[in-house]
Amino acid sequence: MKFPVRRILPFLLLVLIVIPVLGQDLDLASFEKRITVKKLDNGLTLVVMQRPEAPVFSFYTVVDAGSAQDPQGQTGLAHMFEHMAFKGTTGIGTTDWLAEKAALEKVEGTYAAYREERYRTVGRDESKVKQLEQAWKDAIAHAQQYVVPNEFDELLESNGSRGVNASTSLDETAYHYSLPANRVQLWAYLESERFLHPVMREFYKERDVVIEERRMRTDSQPIGRLIEQFLGEAFATYPYHRPTVGYLSDLNYFSATDAKAFFDQYYVPANMVVAIVGDVKLAEVVPLAEKYFGRLPTRPQPAPVHTTEPPQNSAREVELRETAQPFYLEGYHRPNYRDPDDPVYDAITDLMSNGRTSRLFRALVRDRKIAAEAAGFSGWPGTKYQHLFAFYAIPLPGHTPEEMRKTIHEEIERLKTTDVADEELKMVKTRAKATLIRGLADNPGMAFQLALYQLRYGDWRELFHSVERIDKVTKEDIRRVANKTFQPTNRTVGIIQTIPGSPNLQGEKEQ
Amino acid sequence: MNRRTSLALIVSLLLISSLAAAQQAARTTIDPELEKIKTPPLPEFHPQIPKRVVLPNGMVLLLQEDHELPLIDSIMRVRGGSRLEPSTKVGLIDIYGDVWRTGGTKDKTGDQLDDFLEARAAKVETDGNVDSTLISFNCLKQDFEDVFKVFLDVLRNPAFREDKIALAQFQLNTAIARRNDDIGQIAHRISTQLAYGPTNPYARFAEYSTVAAVTRQDLVEWHHQYVHPNNIIFGVVGDFDSTAMEARIRQAFTSWPKGPDVPRQHITFTPEKPQLYFVPKEDVNQSDIQMVALGIERNNPDYFAVEVMNYAFGAGFSSRLIKDLRTAKGLAYAVGGGIGSAFDHPGIFRLAMGTKSATTAEAVEGLKQELQELINDPPMGEELRSAKDAILNAFIFNFDSKAKVLREQMAYEYYGYPLDFLDRYRAGIEKTTAEDVARVARKYIHAEQFATLVVGNPEEIGNQLSALGPVTKWDITIPPPPGEKSRSTGRSETK
Repeated sequence: MKFPVRRILPFLLLVLIVIPVLGQDLDLASFEKRITVKKLDNGLTLVVMQRPEAPVFSFYTVVDAGSAQDPQGQTGLAHMFEHMAFKGTTGIGTTDWLAEKAALEKVEGTYAAYREERYRTVGRDESKVKQLEQAWKDAIAHAQQYVVPNEFDELLESNGSRGVNASTSLDETAYHYSLPANRVQLWAYLESERFLHPVMREFYKERDVVIEERRMRTDSQPIGRLIEQFLGEAFATYPYHRPTVGYLSDLNYFSATDAKAFFDQYYVPANMVVAIVGDVKLAEVVPLAEKYFGRLPTRPQPAPVHTTEPPQNSAREVELRETAQPFYLEGYHRPNYRDPDDPVYDAITDLMSNGRTSRLFRALVRDRKIAAEAAGFSGWPGTKYQHLFAFYAIPLPGHTPEEMRKTIHEEIERLKTTDVADEELKMVKTRAKATLIRGLADNPGMAFQLALYQLRYGDWRELFHSVERIDKVTKEDIRRVANKTFQPTNRTVGIIQTIPGSPNLQGEKEQ
Repeated sequence: MNRRTSLALIVSLLLISSLAAAQQAARTTIDPELEKIKTPPLPEFHPQIPKRVVLPNGMVLLLQEDHELPLIDSIMRVRGGSRLEPSTKVGLIDIYGDVWRTGGTKDKTGDQLDDFLEARAAKVETDGNVDSTLISFNCLKQDFEDVFKVFLDVLRNPAFREDKIALAQFQLNTAIARRNDDIGQIAHRISTQLAYGPTNPYARFAEYSTVAAVTRQDLVEWHHQYVHPNNIIFGVVGDFDSTAMEARIRQAFTSWPKGPDVPRQHITFTPEKPQLYFVPKEDVNQSDIQMVALGIERNNPDYFAVEVMNYAFGAGFSSRLIKDLRTAKGLAYAVGGGIGSAFDHPGIFRLAMGTKSATTAEAVEGLKQELQELINDPPMGEELRSAKDAILNAFIFNFDSKAKVLREQMAYEYYGYPLDFLDRYRAGIEKTTAEDVARVARKYIHAEQFATLVVGNPEEIGNQLSALGPVTKWDITIPPPPGEKSRSTGRSETK
């Protein structure tokens, strides 16, 4: 069964629940010797981990900007730029850059004129709209002649890349792939070049691709529809209420010029961490990174989001009526990842959700026999700012969301009123330690974690220190945090109720 | 939001011509900076091959030392899977795969095992798939002896307790009730039936009635019939000494006698008529399109040329399907395809694509055009070279961890392939010529043999499909559980 929230869980368990002491064989000191951090003069941070197990390497570039940074009225722009970062550069993907540049400027000029007339509410001239639209489309067709399609991808693939991809979340944007170890220089050139000379070519066709992505993930999935409505309800002011993929009306609005402006503001070296893990030599990779990434111009770091979510003091609920099977979801606001109670939330997640010994599995699946699956998790929809601790359950046939609600609340109540058993807490701590160890033998996974921790804490060592923090969590902490967080007025509920007949399909018509 | 999906899931007449032009252009404009980049030869790398031992009782043991981390992991593969279950009991292997472990052993309940193992952050798990059942363990090195004992107990003395059988049946029933909620799942399930035939063991699926028909006795009998050392391949990887580990495993299994072999099964493939099928789904605004036909077996001498063709056609992110239907036309986010292969039966030749309701017919025409183009204008020159380079330069990723090498070796062992199949694969790709690719394109692509499935919103699609030919509506109504009138709408009013 596809369920978007579940994809978040393994990520969380890996990234957030990490525990100390890797036994005598492994400790922080042994990693200190293998990991080097180098801050370039322009502010970009490079993290290198040497792991010569096989002649390959992986990297992650993490940019401290995600869809929370989308400008008002342009939701989906961060994700749109992420797609554009595969469209090549001034040197890759073009037959004649100077001619293409002029043609792309024409595309933007004609689009601006078309857009202005199209969104005029009073006195719009429909024939003029058509004419301007045609001029824009003609300009696109003209620019297309200079395009070498997918050349950036082809270059990577023919050089033996694996896992070329990128992802955008509300918090940040990450780019990654793996290459054979003899291609470090190629990597350093290409990965810096895409952020030094990005070109917004084929922008409006790619926008259609993204709209198809929205149809696939959100519009045509019952749980995708629920999540969009749910987050819109759970967050009133902070941009976590936005869909990362963007609203259809915004997707149909923004321009290549808007995407470039987003890039200029947020893709600043001081806002980027690049982590590379594998069979690389420090003496080779650092000078190459300095040579190539050092070309990125120093620019001022953008201001962080200052809006915070006001305290929720009323129960909220959204209910979708669907022909699909029922579903239950609820979320409670919790503080951001830097809060001292962060490890307590991690412990609660593990206790409530991890495997067949977890409390929700035992209560809803094994004992009451009302659900096929039930879990609680946090770090959603982001973690950088105040976010949610959420619970969900998938009812068995014949069982209702109401039954899920009731039993989940009973389990939450138990967390608030009764201390967890010593063995339970010990199990959580042991499991976190093992999870950290298991993560270490994976180049892409380590590159992601090192980049993320370096970005979020300014020090990759926090990956290991967070372990000590979890080890200090007490049963009192669990009761205290449960009581503080899981309050009815701090709750947002999302339900799919099954009805026969016509569903909640969002129409494609705008305005 | 990922930029692409794992199944990168096709084009019009106009497009093909512009594409051909672009492909030629591709090589004339490489960034001059790229010419200055040094790519030294990849250092010689010999992946460590696991130690292979055949026990007197026929069990094949593969031991792969890996001392990077203090962990020991294993997987045991047992011959016999859901393709052998009776058609009246489809779901048996799903249930068996769960309850083998959750149902506990003679001495311990499954819940007791959960507590014991989770306290050590260890796992012993079982699973069932189409051709085998699996039992595995993962643990910290320090807990090996404790965990291995649990593993042996589950392997030899499973109890299949009734409460866990009921739980597994509930889970399967939930999957049945929800199988029409997700458009992608419908498209994949029905297209597989179109390619193999609805009753084919690789395509059929569980119903409430077949799940209800599975009894504890079925699980017990399955275990007795198939779980014998001569039907087992056991792979262990991690921080151990092979000699000591071999001794420990020999000690554990010497007294276990051989059992009957798993008989070879003859399975017939009866693809549905190659025409257009439609499944209406009102709550979507995107159509899921699947074009399917029978694929090939991996031991087919054409396999290597097919792999190269697949890469250029629809596997890579610079493949024709992506370039034409996604990049150039903006018709899809997910599009891809190729001639599927499997180790011991034909795979599925599948093209898949998601497009907005309004462009459904255009997308189907586009896919058909791409197929035709593959015969008329097969990959050659730069396009061919690029596909071969992609496969060969990334070849190292087939064995860049010791656990991966073990998994590959286990698969060759299981299906009776030469253990140096990876080397043969590399040689096969290297040898593939433009003539080979053109030949396999002609040999395997027959547009008139494809069944085309569209799952989508009938109101939004309108009459587009009728222009493509006669449309057969495929009924996906879920048959109600035995003794109930209907639950197909999934109404949950009870209680």
